[in-house]
Amino acid sequence: MGRIQLNDVKKRFGQVDVLHGIDLDVGEGELVVFVGPSGCGKSTLLRLISGLDRPSSGDIVIDGKDVTRVNAADRGLAMVFQSYALYPHMSVWQNMAFGLQNEHLPKSEIASRIDEAARMLEITPLLQRRPGQLSGGQRQRVAIGRAIVREPTAFLLDEPLSNLDAELRVSMRAELAALHARLGKTMIYVTHDQVEAMTLASRIVVLRAGRIEQVDTPLALYNTPQNRFVAGFIGAPTMNMLPGTITARAGDAAHLSFVGNAEASVAVTAGASGDAVMVGVRPQHMRLVDPSDAHAVHATVSLVEALGAETVVHANAPSGETLLAVLSGQAALQRGDAIALGFDDQDLHVFDGNDRAIAARA
Amino acid sequence: MSRAVAFLTRRRGGDRWHWTDVFTFFWLGAGLIIMFGPAVWLVGSSFKTPGQLAEFPPTILPYVEQVVEVEGFDKPLVLYDVTMEDGSVQRLAQVRRIGTTAQMIDPAAPDEVIRVNIRNREVAREIGFATENYAEPFQRLDFVRYLWNSVFVTVMATFITLFTNSMAAFALSKYKFRGRSAVMLVILATLMVPLSVILVPLYSVVSTLNLTNTLWGVILPTVATPTGVFLLRQYMLTIPDELLDAARMDKASEWQIYWRIVLPLTAPALAVLAIFSVVWRWNDFLWPLIVLSRQELYTLQVGLYSFSGELNVQWHFILAMTVVTMIPVVIVFVFLQRFITTGIAGAGLK
Repeated sequence: MGRIQLNDVKKRFGQVDVLHGIDLDVGEGELVVFVGPSGCGKSTLLRLISGLDRPSSGDIVIDGKDVTRVNAADRGLAMVFQSYALYPHMSVWQNMAFGLQNEHLPKSEIASRIDEAARMLEITPLLQRRPGQLSGGQRQRVAIGRAIVREPTAFLLDEPLSNLDAELRVSMRAELAALHARLGKTMIYVTHDQVEAMTLASRIVVLRAGRIEQVDTPLALYNTPQNRFVAGFIGAPTMNMLPGTITARAGDAAHLSFVGNAEASVAVTAGASGDAVMVGVRPQHMRLVDPSDAHAVHATVSLVEALGAETVVHANAPSGETLLAVLSGQAALQRGDAIALGFDDQDLHVFDGNDRAIAARA
Repeated sequence: MSRAVAFLTRRRGGDRWHWTDVFTFFWLGAGLIIMFGPAVWLVGSSFKTPGQLAEFPPTILPYVEQVVEVEGFDKPLVLYDVTMEDGSVQRLAQVRRIGTTAQMIDPAAPDEVIRVNIRNREVAREIGFATENYAEPFQRLDFVRYLWNSVFVTVMATFITLFTNSMAAFALSKYKFRGRSAVMLVILATLMVPLSVILVPLYSVVSTLNLTNTLWGVILPTVATPTGVFLLRQYMLTIPDELLDAARMDKASEWQIYWRIVLPLTAPALAVLAIFSVVWRWNDFLWPLIVLSRQELYTLQVGLYSFSGELNVQWHFILAMTVVTMIPVVIVFVFLQRFITTGIAGAGLK
């Protein structure tokens, strides 16, 4: 139970197209994360699934049943809102009981469900308090508890951690992951934070401007982004994008030249000699090499962020590109130093003029 | 006392008086006198006799003439403070007055008559309360019935006002529909139409519905207030829509959303509107006067009007009964005002 399918779902607000035909299949028990920059339509998509808004066209199917015209209350879903949306005038217990009372469950059932959820979330001592008397993290738990007691077929979470401070966010993230493992229920989770997406998701849906850019597991997204947007969005710091050209193509192998003298050979699926391409290198894949290495990228250090375990180096190539390199350990570098940055050819990502990935990757 | 002094010499900080301190005290003091002075005068004057009310200059406190029973006189005699020729002041009772001369006696030695020029004497007065101002109307007027009518009208009208206005405000703040702003504008526009303009058509409506000479005829036309709708709508706009969405996910019907989520959260605004409504309905005069012509249906305000005859206004009764009619409004205000400031504990949203 808990399979959610979207077939060509579109949403229009007045003249503005917000979602341009979304096809998605969320499997039972999956934790799918919608991620994308603000305004990409991820929250809108979640509201369509919840039933709070109706799609302009397309179908939403839950467990094989078309629920496109079904009310939010009757879809068997529970939602956790960004602002938690706890009823301020009700105690925690009443907040959790409200939905169950509306379903006309027997009192004993309501009490036992709330007790169980409260124990699971460790909010039993808070049950008689009002939301205003709780801290941010406690409110978050209550909001999740209110969703759990409904025993929904799937959970919808709309940026649930964005109102918490950084430290609490990390611990709540871990708790959410544990909760998902324990309940085994389908969850759809919206966030703009790619770290949250990477750590929580079974699969990530990357959205941009109302379109799905790529759907895959976190590591697959990281290793084989299908286009330049996904490559730039997933991974921190952002992937270096260096303009270059294909200088020679023989079979699958292409010879690339980029930023000055840097050269590489990459297996590609498309592209011809002379094509302009973007070469992507993750900062983590950069390393310091001997300055005499002609194939390396030569640059001048503009900023060094020493984080202890690693050092983030900002450098400028002579042609103007800014490069980021994450070096493990503590590099003895200073602003103004000339450095050479090397990489392994198989770590390169190559994007054609339409920003599609053309490097053939294992 | 020392706390009062400490309070009245408070400054905004620093060890010297700043001109803003002086200005603030002056401003607030003037405000206190302007706002509270009439109320004090009203209460004070409600205990004055008709004669004293006509006096100029007026006094804040009620006084009564002191009288004394003297043997040999049927009626009590009025006491005066008389300045004697030698400059001493004596308290004498007046027997009679002839022209500018008064015949007075010392109550201790009633046999000797003293003649005094009336310029040399002054009525001896003490603070005293003419409680008959209150007692008499209660006997003459069917006060309890008027009170009941007023309470009934006020309570029913207030409840219906809160109920209908909050429903209208809910629809106008939480649902998006074509013409929503237009509806709101029309409602607000009715603020610009004074009662006197719609009095006649309103009366003909009430009359057609056979509501004249019923209390419902007083209540129903007043319950839809644009002020109330506006006030509640503005407050409801501040309630986040996510709360309503959460309730929808919780299988709440639209009615339950209104009744169990929005209404409790609007409590502070409802309290404000309740105060307004109670004051409005309690003080209503013109409309009840028109609708009600049978005396047993009179509200207090209309009942009070019977003290104003064509030729003679019994101010002492009117003032006393005004104080009585003010009491419930003051109580409501004191009670609900605390409720407003307390507000509603906490907000579940950031």
